[in-house]
Amino acid sequence: MDLIANHITHRFGALEVLDDVSFTVAAGEVVAIVGPSGCGKSTLLSILGGLLQPSSGAAELRGAPPPDSRNPLTFVFQDFALLPWCTVAENVEFPLLHSGLAIAERRAAVDDALRRTSLSDFRGAYPKQLSGGMRQRVGIARALAVRPAILLMDEPLSALDSQTRELLMEDFVRLLADGSMGAVYVTHNLEEAVRIADRIVVMSRRPGRIRETVSIPMTRSERGDIHAREKLLALQSELWSLIRQEAVEAEREVQHA
Amino acid sequence: MLDRAPQDDSKAGLRPVAFRGAGFAPKAGRYSGWIALVLVIAVWQLAGSIGWINPLFLPSPAAIAVAIYKLAISGALWHHLSVSVMRIGTGWILGTVAGVLVGFAIGLSSLARGVGITFISALFPIPKIALLPLLILWLGIGEQPKIATIALGVFFSTAISVYSGVDNVPRNLIRMAQSFNVPFGSIVRRVIWPGALPSILAGFRITASVALLLVVSAEMIGAEYGIGAFVLQAGNLMQTDQLLAGVVILSLFGLAVGKAINLLETRLLHWR
Repeated sequence: MDLIANHITHRFGALEVLDDVSFTVAAGEVVAIVGPSGCGKSTLLSILGGLLQPSSGAAELRGAPPPDSRNPLTFVFQDFALLPWCTVAENVEFPLLHSGLAIAERRAAVDDALRRTSLSDFRGAYPKQLSGGMRQRVGIARALAVRPAILLMDEPLSALDSQTRELLMEDFVRLLADGSMGAVYVTHNLEEAVRIADRIVVMSRRPGRIRETVSIPMTRSERGDIHAREKLLALQSELWSLIRQEAVEAEREVQHA
Repeated sequence: MLDRAPQDDSKAGLRPVAFRGAGFAPKAGRYSGWIALVLVIAVWQLAGSIGWINPLFLPSPAAIAVAIYKLAISGALWHHLSVSVMRIGTGWILGTVAGVLVGFAIGLSSLARGVGITFISALFPIPKIALLPLLILWLGIGEQPKIATIALGVFFSTAISVYSGVDNVPRNLIRMAQSFNVPFGSIVRRVIWPGALPSILAGFRITASVALLLVVSAEMIGAEYGIGAFVLQAGNLMQTDQLLAGVVILSLFGLAVGKAINLLETRLLHWR
């Protein structure tokens, strides 16, 4: 199943946030969206996931989702969005309660998602008892439980410390390794983008337009190699030079506002 | 190979950094409140026993305890108390049910919000006891006007605490549920209701006091039985020991209700 941004433009009142954004996320592909603060990355992700109606243009799907997918477009949120009154297992089960699955099937789906995210020992814990990294793991487990075709990730690591970010990035790379799931990964962090994405969409400052689309010329499994890391570092540096000036201007704009 | 930096183990010239982080973290001692209460009662009793206080104006704690005992033995206490509890219970339940329904409607529907907030803003500031004469005209002189006064007082505070609670449910949780295609009713039941519950229970605490205040006021205005009527009659007859017995019973009733709400919070909000 492909996800297509088709000439998406969006305004909040008089403020134009996105201007004619078009791109396609092919089945199993990981596309990172980077750009200066306020360029509309999160707005674009909300539109792609059907949580916000664009002023014009549309988010469209092409092809059927995998038959076992219970929620083809599934978000992983920056602030985790866990129900604080539910345990880890209940949070993971929450989206399955209306999926028509029998209790035994739901339990099996929850157990599988918890196992894949190494959370089996924490199924009875409440979110307040978990660290930030563990909470995001619960958010990922909840997303995996519905077997998404495309994960929509809105800066999923930005609320976490650098060590936890590194560990979760390894998890993401592992989970996306077999190509059964695609992803749109919104981030400020260029290192994360070059590490996880097949393609990187670079956006301009507000109103966000696509400035450049950059392909990463190697598979994710090749990126751990020392020579590959040098190449990725160079690519990261090129990306930064693309958005640096606009990031400075966006920062100034925020301060003046 | 890591090149480890040498450690400085020299103790010469060391002095401790002064601690500046004390205070601004008050904690209630486990028994301090009870000790203070016992002390105040003891001083009060002593002052009464040695004649510093005229018992006509302020009877001693022992005299009040005797009055309560006699009221309990005679059955008058239970009669007055049961009438008041019936009025409070009925009025509080009616006001709470209506307040929760209207509060949720205001919290969830644009139409109800537009209409409801205007009416609530206009009617909430009216002291509800001022409506008792009007309610007596409408409903007669029986139990109904007193119960209606309590229900009205409870209704407005409940509706406000419920829609404030609904408004304060983190939007990201609702968006999360929507992103999984969870149906509207289920979002209300599984996300908004538990999310608004802390505010709703805080509202219960306020409405319990409002109900107690209104029942006493209503009973003082037009009732033969009830703790409010009993306190007023005792005052008119200068039976200050009985008057204070009624006040103590009201205080104990308020404490019991507060304790019940505490238990409810502990049970329902254990996740906080």
